[in-house]
Amino acid sequence: MKVIEISCLEVWREISNYLDDEVAPELRVRMEAHFKACAHCTAVLDGTKNVVKLVGDGIEYEPPEGFGQRLYSKLKEKINR
Amino acid sequence: MGAPAPDLHASQAELIRSAREGDKEAFYSLVHQCERAVYVAAIAILNNRADAEEVAQEAVLKAFANLAQFRGEAKFSTWLIQITINEARVRLRKDRRHLYESVDERQTDEEGEHVPKDFADWREVPSEALQREELRQALKQAIARLAPKYREVLILRDVQQLSTEETAQVLGISEGNVKARLLRARLQMRDALAPGIDGSWSTGKAEYQKVRPW
Repeated sequence: MKVIEISCLEVWREISNYLDDEVAPELRVRMEAHFKACAHCTAVLDGTKNVVKLVGDGIEYEPPEGFGQRLYSKLKEKINR
Repeated sequence: MGAPAPDLHASQAELIRSAREGDKEAFYSLVHQCERAVYVAAIAILNNRADAEEVAQEAVLKAFANLAQFRGEAKFSTWLIQITINEARVRLRKDRRHLYESVDERQTDEEGEHVPKDFADWREVPSEALQREELRQALKQAIARLAPKYREVLILRDVQQLSTEETAQVLGISEGNVKARLLRARLQMRDALAPGIDGSWSTGKAEYQKVRPW
């Protein structure tokens, strides 16, 4: 069965969904064939995958020290009024 | 006195029942399980740690005051995150600081394609090879420079790991919209985190071009 080729543009449109495993099986096959043949799109895929991993480490988004305690204190303060 | 240890054995329904009767320990147990998510949601909208903590507190107090309105069909955390996002947006409207941010925010989701830049050597720059602090700074800056609607989705999906469905719900947009914005956010981040010509990190300029290649 011949795999229908897709353009780089189509790949870029779906690349985020592809990373989340949210593309239909036929599209997935076409995209994988495209990646095999296209160094630029493979680089985009790898780069985007790296970005998702870096962002996902989430070190910037840890609440500050004592956040939970201050939250609890505020709650206690308000409820005891 | 520190925060109480959350009772992880009580089910959400039981905790809500107790909380509705004014049991603040029960309410705090519910909140404690998602307090980081609340903080992250606040930061997603506000882009500012100090404001995020204040808004998180306001949201939690508001949730307690409105607990009677929580129907209990959805997850408590989703409801609380939604309140947090609303409070953050109200704060943003009141705070005129954001009016001076130089953000090229387009009014509608643009139809222009994002053409990803071609960095032949991206794959050859492993993150471990870079100074950790340098990378952290580059990441922070890149995220802060995203247009708000892309930053919000990136943080909720890729930092907080909310599902597409949940993200759509708390932001009040369609799932299709979440996916479209996430695509653009991720590609813009990739462009922004490009290695410099000499292989070291450069933050690059946050000018995302609308390009039609045909």
